[in-house]
Amino acid sequence: MFMILGYPAPLMFGQLLLGLINGAFYALLSLGLAIIFGMLRIINFAHGALFMLGAFVAWGMLQYGGIGYWPALIVAPIIVGAFGVFLERTMIRHLYKLDHLYGLLLTFGLAEIIEGLARNQFGSSGMPYAIPAALQGAVNLGFMFLPIYRGWVVIAAVVVCLVTWIAIERTSLGATLRAATENAPLVQAFGVNVPRLITLTYGAGVALAAFGGVLAAPIYSVNPNMGSNFIIVVFAVVVIGGMGSILGSIVTGFGLGVVEGLTKVFYPQASATVIFVVMVIVLLARPAGLFGKAT
Amino acid sequence: MNPVLPRRTLLAGAAAAPLVGFGRRARAQANTLRIGVLNDQSGPYRDTGGTTSAICCRQAVEEFGSQGFNVEVVTADHQNKPDLGASIAREWYDRNDVDMILDVPTSSVALAVAAVAKEKNKVHLNTGAATADLTGKACAPCIVHWSYDTYMLAKSTGGATVKAGGTSWYFITADYAFGQQLQRDTTAFVQAAGGKVLGASPYPFPGTTDFSSFLLQAQSSGAKVLGLCNAGGDTVNSIKQAVEFGLTKNGTMSIAAMLMFITDVNALGLDIAQGLSLTESFYWDLNDGTRAFTNRVKSKTPNNWPNMIHAACYAGTKHFLKAVAGLGIADAKKSGKAIVDKMKSMQTDDDCFGKNTIREDGLLLCPAYLFQVKKPSESKGKWDYYTTKVTSPAAEAWKPLNESGCAFVKA
Repeated sequence: MFMILGYPAPLMFGQLLLGLINGAFYALLSLGLAIIFGMLRIINFAHGALFMLGAFVAWGMLQYGGIGYWPALIVAPIIVGAFGVFLERTMIRHLYKLDHLYGLLLTFGLAEIIEGLARNQFGSSGMPYAIPAALQGAVNLGFMFLPIYRGWVVIAAVVVCLVTWIAIERTSLGATLRAATENAPLVQAFGVNVPRLITLTYGAGVALAAFGGVLAAPIYSVNPNMGSNFIIVVFAVVVIGGMGSILGSIVTGFGLGVVEGLTKVFYPQASATVIFVVMVIVLLARPAGLFGKAT
Repeated sequence: MNPVLPRRTLLAGAAAAPLVGFGRRARAQANTLRIGVLNDQSGPYRDTGGTTSAICCRQAVEEFGSQGFNVEVVTADHQNKPDLGASIAREWYDRNDVDMILDVPTSSVALAVAAVAKEKNKVHLNTGAATADLTGKACAPCIVHWSYDTYMLAKSTGGATVKAGGTSWYFITADYAFGQQLQRDTTAFVQAAGGKVLGASPYPFPGTTDFSSFLLQAQSSGAKVLGLCNAGGDTVNSIKQAVEFGLTKNGTMSIAAMLMFITDVNALGLDIAQGLSLTESFYWDLNDGTRAFTNRVKSKTPNNWPNMIHAACYAGTKHFLKAVAGLGIADAKKSGKAIVDKMKSMQTDDDCFGKNTIREDGLLLCPAYLFQVKKPSESKGKWDYYTTKVTSPAAEAWKPLNESGCAFVKA
């Protein structure tokens, strides 16, 4: 059998693909974080909790309303995004003029409260959520058995990442948004309602997290801690990619998924650490991150 | 004034928070017995222990009634951190006059709390942790281990799986005291029965959510059995993903969940969990006694029916209170060893586990049951999940005393 580094080739191809699938979640979550940090300068620690909320809204829609996966994929991000808008209007906006740390503390507290309430209500062992009928089953790729749903996750994540990137980098709305972060008073002078723009940006970032949550619901157990398991890694992804860099977070998300996947073959004990090792190396060599601009 | 609180002060405050409020009251009440339920109340093991453990403990206290002394139950969250668990235990035993610490899941925390109990000569009744070391290397005359341990799980589930033809294994293991020990014990049974272990993926705990990479390695190893040496949410995720990746398709590989509770089955749903084998020492629908007990507590914990840990919190507390009553409150408060000696001298008798004995090294000897999870079509309602496959009698289910490695027993 053809071998790569002493491992059978099919196993290695499989691991690369799995890495990309996990990377899709990292990319989706870090994208939301990057947008929020890039535009609002808020380090959104509540991102993991909002990701979890997305999964729970999808679960609740099915449980109490009989509404299935496909509508939930659209509706849950809107509901959670609206909740994000509420958080921004009532709390987060008061912190824009203060140091970043205050935003971090506020959102960290919010995350604890949201997760605590969810635990109180639903317990910690999680809720079952089935894979939608259309995406059940698997295809044999020759080197591995790929569940169709996982393939769908990668496609959905890539499409959403691309659309978001185009919206911010290539449209006039995106241009206004970027201008507003550079010089808000000037953009306001042109008649643009900057505070509303910022509110909607936060809502959109949160909706991305919730979208990730709905995608994750059939794979991982829908439980109140599901977001906190991801959030630290996702922050590392954002830092490695360059704080606030949209492209950086997407590329780094997928890339680190692959690095982590390969570590799980060679030395599984280090699979939780490897991303942070990469982070240290990148920060030493390029303090602004791989795609960040030094300020 | 500098408004920034030093981090250390904040941490110390957070650690002490669960203890605030009963310090002053605790002193100088020689007639009051205190039980501290110490477990995970906010993390992955919240549903297997958590508030339901406290509810079951209070149920036992309520049923015991008043026999010349008062009983108080206090609770705290150890967050699965050994240092935090040990510091709460120290605080409880030293300053808050707690006489017995109950539950304590997470083997690493349990071993830390057991060391404090031993040093203070106070009772630790462990119902939540898996490590067989509590009645082995780390044993003490004031410790009782009730409900399950790694040896009993490995023997029951591991032994039965090899017998059913599962002769080659691949392990996915939570890389800490509990997972390592469970893997070691299971390996011993698999090899003794003529099976072999083809490989293992020890993964970092906590913080791993995606197991697909390990599942793929297990698949390519060609093993017949996937042994899961993990617990709680990790087990749920591993099984969910194993089914997703088609490991169990066409009977190519079977899953042996070495530690699984009814709460985990509930989280997976019967569609996915059907057919799994697992070992518990209690199931609510086992006999009239277990059903009667469950009926008494289920209204207090409607979304989380009792598993073997919860049942042991009830049964253990009941037996503990009987021993204290037998000894007299004044003598009981002086020595944890005296209480545990009394507990060992009396036969246990409760609705959950029936009549059993506590062995010299502190291990409760009760029957162990190998259950199979029902198909959705067989289940008559919520929580109707298990069919009993094999019953191991108390005398055979546990590690023999001469292998226990408990120092004070030999002496």
